[in-house]
Amino acid sequence: MENIAGHKPALTWVTRICVLVLVILWLVPTVGLFVSSFRDRDDISASPWWQAPFPTEQTSGARISGEPALVDGVYVLTGNLKDGEEGIGKITAFGVSRSDPTGIAAGEETELRGGGTLVVNADGSYEMRTPEEPSGKGQRVYFAAEVPPEFTTDNYERVLYSNGMAQAFINTFTVTIPATVIPILIAAFAAYALAWMQFPGRGLLIAGVVGLLVVPLQLALVPLLRLHNDIGIGQSFVGIWLAHTGFGLPLAIYLLRNYMVGLPKDIIEGAKVDGATDFQIFTRIVLPLSFPALASFAIFQFLWTWNDLLVAKVFLPSDSGSWVMTRKIADDLLGSRGGDWGILATAAFVSIAVPIAVFFLMQRYLVRGLLAGSVK
Amino acid sequence: MGPLMQGALTILIGVFGCIGYFYASNLILDRLIFPARNDDAGRNINRANAVRPWLFLFPALFALTLYLVYPVVGSFIRSMYDRTGDTFIGFQNYQNLAADPEFRSAVFNNLLWVLVVPAAATFLGLVIAQLTDRLKWGGIAKSLIFMPMAISFVGASLIWKFVYANDASIGMLNAVRLFFGADGPIDPLQVPFWNNFFLMVILVWIQTGFAMVILSAALRGIPEETIEAAILDGANPFQIFFKIQVPQIMGTILVVWTTITILVLKVFDIVYTMTGGNFGTQILPSYMMEYMFRDDGRATAVALVIMVLVLPVMIWNIRQARKEMR
Repeated sequence: MENIAGHKPALTWVTRICVLVLVILWLVPTVGLFVSSFRDRDDISASPWWQAPFPTEQTSGARISGEPALVDGVYVLTGNLKDGEEGIGKITAFGVSRSDPTGIAAGEETELRGGGTLVVNADGSYEMRTPEEPSGKGQRVYFAAEVPPEFTTDNYERVLYSNGMAQAFINTFTVTIPATVIPILIAAFAAYALAWMQFPGRGLLIAGVVGLLVVPLQLALVPLLRLHNDIGIGQSFVGIWLAHTGFGLPLAIYLLRNYMVGLPKDIIEGAKVDGATDFQIFTRIVLPLSFPALASFAIFQFLWTWNDLLVAKVFLPSDSGSWVMTRKIADDLLGSRGGDWGILATAAFVSIAVPIAVFFLMQRYLVRGLLAGSVK
Repeated sequence: MGPLMQGALTILIGVFGCIGYFYASNLILDRLIFPARNDDAGRNINRANAVRPWLFLFPALFALTLYLVYPVVGSFIRSMYDRTGDTFIGFQNYQNLAADPEFRSAVFNNLLWVLVVPAAATFLGLVIAQLTDRLKWGGIAKSLIFMPMAISFVGASLIWKFVYANDASIGMLNAVRLFFGADGPIDPLQVPFWNNFFLMVILVWIQTGFAMVILSAALRGIPEETIEAAILDGANPFQIFFKIQVPQIMGTILVVWTTITILVLKVFDIVYTMTGGNFGTQILPSYMMEYMFRDDGRATAVALVIMVLVLPVMIWNIRQARKEMR
């Protein structure tokens, strides 16, 4: 296929630029969140995140006062504007009147209203020369200074230690792991039966599984919660593990069956001829060979349970001690801290960090699972 | 006992319980019920083999029936009762729904979502799959566009909340508007009608990667001879794409399209997090959550409406699956 593009270099370049633009478009929102999570609350509303890596210019004021030295009949007062001020970079301009606070470039000399001159250099040092001894509170000076970009991990400390997010993280973890592990075995046995055992009604069952794949979860919520209440589970972690297990099974069975059907027939028939039982064939041959499919499903189920909000809202208790991260963000942080963008960005990033890590580490299996689940 | 300990215990019980069940039930079947001994040996082996599939299937079938089949019936019955669940009111809940303007707007918006999101995600996914196909760094590009798949709908909504913020120094959208000379920031989520599309962008952003991965694999599966023949006949790249490649992967495009369509009918998180269904952005799943816990009768009625909308796709899926099995 390479020769298509090879004929038209211009088209190749258009392709490259298009892909680059699309990738940037896709990435920018996440990068914004990431950058914002390292910025102070005030910085976030003061300047956009895409300017965060660059120094910003800030105008502030100071008073020049002190003991002047008398040199050749002129009172000379020297010092540094940066003394006592932190986080100020190069000074770019200054001024002496409120109406024009940055009218004079750094290093140039300006006339003072009461006579005399003032010069402020880029490094903050100044020299004021006045014919009479300065009196009062001192000369007012305004200056524009570059403030170096500032990044902080304060948001993370606040989110993790004082916001209940740590508890939510643990809760999410607690929900996810059993809800990922338990369906796998149940589904694997069923998938083997649907793939390699002959029995009446098999086709019907497979069709049933395909149908159940798309049943909206919404239907299950009310009757199941009632059932859980009736049998004494109520809203609890046990309840949500069972619910996720049930909801994950159709995909698990479907994925695993599709994979197992593709395993070489000779091995399984050979084992049967040698007198192996179905149970042995399953545990010794099919299960180890199906590892890629098991991994795909595990990743799917992990991502799905980690990211779920609906099931957690319905099947977990509604007290804040049992909130998972998605619920914490959606129902608590967005409501009560709607204006604190730093906390929001950090909480969101904490909640998406694990799935993204899993995604990049296990992408191969994820893609394989997707293909097995959709293209057959 | 902390939930963490409880979780570890549940994993142990779940895993060993499963293994124990399968092992023990097979053992009992072979040794006790239909032992392969004496004159009956042959018959018993056959009988045991006839029963065994059901042993393998039983836990899964039980869970599926309890957690997915029963609720369909249970929800339907519940939707016939009033708020308390004590009084049978027939189809009153459905009539109330039909009379509620918010429900009608939710249906309308949901139809917009169903029309726009699968089309946009599939189209973008197809275009990106084709564009990245011959690039050296196409793999990295694809993996970055695929990444939002791993992000929760809540997380994605928050990410886009920053983009849509009603403040030019936080929201990119407003910053861009200002750059092009708009007179002040707006709140994109409160612009009537169009706010629906701003919300759809989030789901398209998530789902394009999914469409891209699958369509990319399908494009690679096209026999090269067909493309070479087209090149020899003097077709230009656009003709090759639209007249040779797309028709050959039409089946896969349909699968992607329907998969995203079903997802669209279920996702409530985005609307819930971004607008809470206000400003005319209500859709059916979020409308249902509004009544969940407050009026289960009405909530289940909405769920059944969603089910009815999913039904055609479900039937189509089952038909496809049966066709492949033959």
